[in-house]
Amino acid sequence: MTTSLHDFVEKIRAENADWVQDVKDAHGEVTVTTPREAIADICRFLKADHGFDMLADLCGADRGPEDDPRFEVNYHLFSTRHYSRLRLKVLLTEDDPTVPTVTGVWKTADWHERETYDLVGVIFDGHPDLRRILLPSDFDGHALRKDYPLRGYEPYSMN
Amino acid sequence: MSTAVDTIQANYDAMDRPLESEMTLSMGPQHPSTHGVLRLELKLDGEMVVRAIPDIGYLHTGMEKLFEYKKYQQGIVITDRMDYLNPLGNNLAYVMAAEKLLGLEIPERAQVIRVLMCELQRIASHMVWFGTSCLDMGAMTPFWFTFKEREKILNIIESASGGRMTPSYFRIGGLMMDLPAGFENRVKQFLENFPDALETFDTLITGNPIWHNRTKGVGVISREDAIDWGLTGPCLRGNGVELDLRRHNPYSGYETYDFDIPTEPDGDVWSRFLVRMRELRESHKIVRQALERLKPGPVKADAPKVVLPDRDDMRKHMDSLIHHFLIVAEGFNVPEGEVYHAIEASKGELGVYMKSNGGPKPERVHFRGPSFVNLSALPTMAEGEMIADTVAIIGSLDIVLGEIDR
Repeated sequence: MTTSLHDFVEKIRAENADWVQDVKDAHGEVTVTTPREAIADICRFLKADHGFDMLADLCGADRGPEDDPRFEVNYHLFSTRHYSRLRLKVLLTEDDPTVPTVTGVWKTADWHERETYDLVGVIFDGHPDLRRILLPSDFDGHALRKDYPLRGYEPYSMN
Repeated sequence: MSTAVDTIQANYDAMDRPLESEMTLSMGPQHPSTHGVLRLELKLDGEMVVRAIPDIGYLHTGMEKLFEYKKYQQGIVITDRMDYLNPLGNNLAYVMAAEKLLGLEIPERAQVIRVLMCELQRIASHMVWFGTSCLDMGAMTPFWFTFKEREKILNIIESASGGRMTPSYFRIGGLMMDLPAGFENRVKQFLENFPDALETFDTLITGNPIWHNRTKGVGVISREDAIDWGLTGPCLRGNGVELDLRRHNPYSGYETYDFDIPTEPDGDVWSRFLVRMRELRESHKIVRQALERLKPGPVKADAPKVVLPDRDDMRKHMDSLIHHFLIVAEGFNVPEGEVYHAIEASKGELGVYMKSNGGPKPERVHFRGPSFVNLSALPTMAEGEMIADTVAIIGSLDIVLGEIDR
């Protein structure tokens, strides 16, 4: 299973050697860490040439305020033709948590990116409609960051 | 005295003026056909929907945040409350992600029971979808029949787990406990009567010309768009794409069961309806096969540091007591790593992204809810249709807001 996934990694590397920063193979899943500037191009390449026609999931994660790079965005690619999954990972620093959008590659990225922006605070450059999706528009802060408290009161306004 | 009505002047001029070409209608969040608290902002031209903007988040309770503060085994009860029509599916996705990280082997009997319960739950979930989507379009009768069938399944689930809506029956490493005495007979009885119920549904709705008029050619999405929007489950199979994770990314032994993947080519409400109706028969088939495979055996993995010991062992063995204490008080450490595990829930691909930092609590748990993604494609389907058809389209997507908002 993972040998065929490594073939995809080799194909990305053959296309552009800079696109693959790190490869991890664990639990039958392959994770490719990629530079953030290139993420949309890699996605477009994998979609057009290697059948990854569906973005199953996109989610952000906070590793904690001490870690640098602090944020990561995971792209879970899936193919409705060969049914394999591949995870792309982009690492982001706290000072500049921006990453190019992939809404131009898959339309489904729209809501996933809005959710990630809402809860983790990652900014997706070029997203057509980057608004909060789950929390109210006047909410302060990003709830899934590690330094955001679990309990407490947020002054709520009806504006 | 005082009726404010007296003071209102009849404005006949306004009545004579034509409508402005576009108006905005806020549908929901209390609208009964939105299956919870979904608000749709509809831009209308007469009765035609020009733009539909879904507004979600009314049920947001920060579940993904909560996971990070709970031990792995405590997270299971949170998953029940996401897609509350398919709680066993959520349990399964969550525990399988944790089991993948831990590298646990699940005993055969536990896997068969998981499949059996999940398929029963799928039928129950589809029963709610069928009843409510008919109700949305004004057909009230099927609702009572479907909820009767669902009630039988909930009773079966209750007999095994103690909970009707929130079973938390699957645990990391196996099941909460073995099936109770007489369980097989209850399931057999249900299986015997269910085909008759399906006949009733078909008589009431499937062959009904009004139903055909309301659903055929309504809410069409193209095959390419469906994949691009990430539709999964019956919504995608209603576009003729044969994709079922039970077959194509099999888990829990699904590869050994004999079932078909129903698909319909048209991508409209009618196709999605037919796919689900045919799926009910497939689930029925799988439950029957699972029932035949039930052989006595352990239902928990052999991992004393992760799985709670049997009550009897705790009375006899010191080490079982220690393990029990440690699991409950401190939890168990999960090796560092990250996994994404996807299962075929009743609504589509339910994926769990779980990241561990080596401690007893996960660093990040993300649920990829099928309802969330399927709803995001609603504007594509609804734009250009009538308001009344929007209701039919929402019904055909089978969304649960508990899962969308998490």
